Amino acid sequence: MENSINIVVKKNAQKRTAGAREKTEEAAEALFAFCAAAAVLALVSVTVYLLFCGIPAIREVGLMDILFGTVWDPTAREPKFGILLIVLTSLVGTLLAVAVGVPVGILTAVFLAEVAGPKTAWAVRGAVDVLAGIPSVIYGLVGIYLLNPLMYRVEMKLFASSPAHRFTGGANLLSAALVLAVMILPTVISISEASVRAVGPEIREASLALGATRIQTIFRSVLPAARPGIITAAVLGVGRAMGEAMAITLVSGGSINIPFPFRSVRFLTTAIVSEMGYAQGLHRQMLFAVGLVLFVFILLINMAAEIIRKGYGERDG
Amino acid sequence: MDELSLYGKRKRPGELFWTAVIYGAASLSVFLLLGIMAYVFSRGFRVLSLRFFFTATSALKGTVGIGGNLLNTFFLMGITLSAAVPLGVGCAVYLNEYAGRGRMVRLIELTTEILAGIPSVIFGLFGMVFFGRVLGLGYSLLSGSLTLAIMVLPLIVRSTQEALSAVPDAYREGALGLGAAKWYLIRTILLPCARTGILTGILLAVGRILGESAALLFTAGSARLLPKAGRGFWENVRGIGRKAAEPGGTLAVELYLQMQKGEYKTAFGIGCVLIMAAVLLNLLLRLAGRLKG
Repeated sequence: MENSINIVVKKNAQKRTAGAREKTEEAAEALFAFCAAAAVLALVSVTVYLLFCGIPAIREVGLMDILFGTVWDPTAREPKFGILLIVLTSLVGTLLAVAVGVPVGILTAVFLAEVAGPKTAWAVRGAVDVLAGIPSVIYGLVGIYLLNPLMYRVEMKLFASSPAHRFTGGANLLSAALVLAVMILPTVISISEASVRAVGPEIREASLALGATRIQTIFRSVLPAARPGIITAAVLGVGRAMGEAMAITLVSGGSINIPFPFRSVRFLTTAIVSEMGYAQGLHRQMLFAVGLVLFVFILLINMAAEIIRKGYGERDG
Repeated sequence: MDELSLYGKRKRPGELFWTAVIYGAASLSVFLLLGIMAYVFSRGFRVLSLRFFFTATSALKGTVGIGGNLLNTFFLMGITLSAAVPLGVGCAVYLNEYAGRGRMVRLIELTTEILAGIPSVIFGLFGMVFFGRVLGLGYSLLSGSLTLAIMVLPLIVRSTQEALSAVPDAYREGALGLGAAKWYLIRTILLPCARTGILTGILLAVGRILGESAALLFTAGSARLLPKAGRGFWENVRGIGRKAAEPGGTLAVELYLQMQKGEYKTAFGIGCVLIMAAVLLNLLLRLAGRLKG
């Protein structure tokens, strides 16, 4: 390493005059500026293109008809593009997943940060880290292979006496929500653990010194102090659940229905995945509009998180 | 008899309950997460063999294997990284070293932050129409790689930026004080100091590329055949160029397609390979983290 630097220095001394050096400097700066510009352009173009392709479709069909229409039949002679049920499915599914995944994740984080010994915590954290990197298709695979048959059995028991029920074979909203709940666990656990750990020892000590038990300390002092971080964890979980597609395309059934637990449903993301391959013309543009709706939801979620965090920051700091 | 004593502990049912809840939740998470991994691994491990790795699935020959997908995955990874890493590192250097703390930089950082949260289906939709139709690349490894390059850019930019801002200012001042020019400073001091951070970014990007399927299904497509080896050296070089223009499914995409067809055995085999790759990447990331400290 040092050797090569020396060689470079010598070369520079021999060959380059001051003018050449200035030129190199200018070229380097231009190159870096170009990289920055290209990167930003690439990233911005995704958003712009989404708007560019989604808005004409929304104009043509009408925002109200899209958002509040309940019939999605893009390939009919008179196509209908109502996504209300799909949006509802995404909202309900995400909510269910978060309602299951976030409490379990936060309690696990509490276990890691406050209860477990260092060795146990180390091992569990390692497992959680690895699982954060597991591809989402694998969660889908386990969902379809293990969870769906299980769900089907439950469904058979529950609806044995109701002939009106359309059996889904276990591929339904509940299965999808459970898969999502497991998928968001690593994210929720690692971020809330970090925020629980960041709570200063004086809060714990003060609480314990006042005679509170360990559990009281955790739930009344530590967790409230870690609230901003925990909210961030929950919001990231919401974002991840809402944006996930491949894990739940097959697990959720795929037909468009009012999102009840034992119905086969289609999410915003799975609608895009399952129709992207064959959509043409207006239908394809509508998928961009669906993508746009998804994008707006995710932006809103992120903005809400930012506002909540800022609110806490002002109060505490 | 209930007698209050300094030494006796009052039993609190609430206390016991919440302790049980915490332990219960923790063991549930560990059970679920490890269970999934162990399950996929144990089912898939039986499928693995040399044959499985080096042949392509073909109904004609009656073979089942992931050779073609493995090749596609490496190929795609190569193109994606060679597009995203220089661009991302360059962007980070510009943001950290050249641009002042102005409004423009804030704006750029905000964009990368927002785009890091965009679901991959949206990138897939974008890539399919923009690279595939508008630029005319169709379903090809190149179009998939470019889509993924945009997707992993924020990862690389962010970790490089973090690494660069961790380099003490004294290094910069020292180098500049000795008369080094900025480009020289960047090349010989900043980038070498930031290399573990850059490596972390690359490893994160590799993980993302390995696991991605939604963004690839309709950009890179799903071909799984092995290419025929050409005769001469130049023939093979041209073959690589041609490969970029051909469709090709990565491991994760193939897993999805096999699962869709109900070929669970192959699907679990691929799942097992992907899990091993994820574990390996995790180890490498830890190693990179240790290098830093």
